[in-house]
Amino acid sequence: MGLDIAFWVLAAVIVVAALAVVTLRNVFRAAISLILCFVGVAGIYITLSADFLAVIQVLVYVGGISVLILLAIFLTRDVPEGSQSNRLRLPAFLMASILLAIMVFSVMNTTFPVSSQKPIEQTTGALGQMILRDSGYILPLEIAGVLLLAAILGAIVMAREK
Amino acid sequence: MGLQNYLVLSSVLFAIGLYGALTKRNTIVILMSIEIMLNAANVALVAFSRYITPTLLTGQVFAIFVIVVAAAEAAVGLAILISVYRNRKTIESDKIDLLKW
Repeated sequence: MGLDIAFWVLAAVIVVAALAVVTLRNVFRAAISLILCFVGVAGIYITLSADFLAVIQVLVYVGGISVLILLAIFLTRDVPEGSQSNRLRLPAFLMASILLAIMVFSVMNTTFPVSSQKPIEQTTGALGQMILRDSGYILPLEIAGVLLLAAILGAIVMAREK
Repeated sequence: MGLQNYLVLSSVLFAIGLYGALTKRNTIVILMSIEIMLNAANVALVAFSRYITPTLLTGQVFAIFVIVVAAAEAAVGLAILISVYRNRKTIESDKIDLLKW
């Protein structure tokens, strides 16, 4: 019951915040509502009993990516012009609506093999075991590390003054 | 609360992000819409993990890797935008046409 209320409130907040991101003219306000959307998604992770992911979402998205986006807005100074739409507005709206209708239709008409097991209470230790054990996800983890290093170096090289 | 509610929420979020990514002129707003779409995918992954394999956590591991790639993408994308702004004094997506013949 409590989970139901939490889900509906969070879903409403997320959808309204996401709509604000794509409709508001002021880029700075759009970024602020993006942060609200990220916080709502963290709440959704909590209702799905994914506590570690919720914390990661707050740390990486709310704490990291949002600051990056706000700094980019400050550094490019396009705020007065606002975020205008291009000529694709109507076709893009139609395409997004058709895609949404198809996805909702297929979700509603599929019977998923839902398991009746209880979810794991504290996922942090289980996730660590899952990633680091033998035949786990050790290779993707190393590749993710290399990817992050390459991304940091690339970002520094791109943004550096000549 | 069923799996389908979460999947519908994820679909709505993805459609909103797609609309924003296709229609916006400001490239920072396009990047923000892409982040919304990545979040929608993550919600679907975690919902599948919770309802179909509650003790395996495979979907959550995938979501962690998606977050890693999203962080890398945001860092490089915004660095490119700052570099473009320094050279061309604009970040409107239809004015950055240096590669257009």
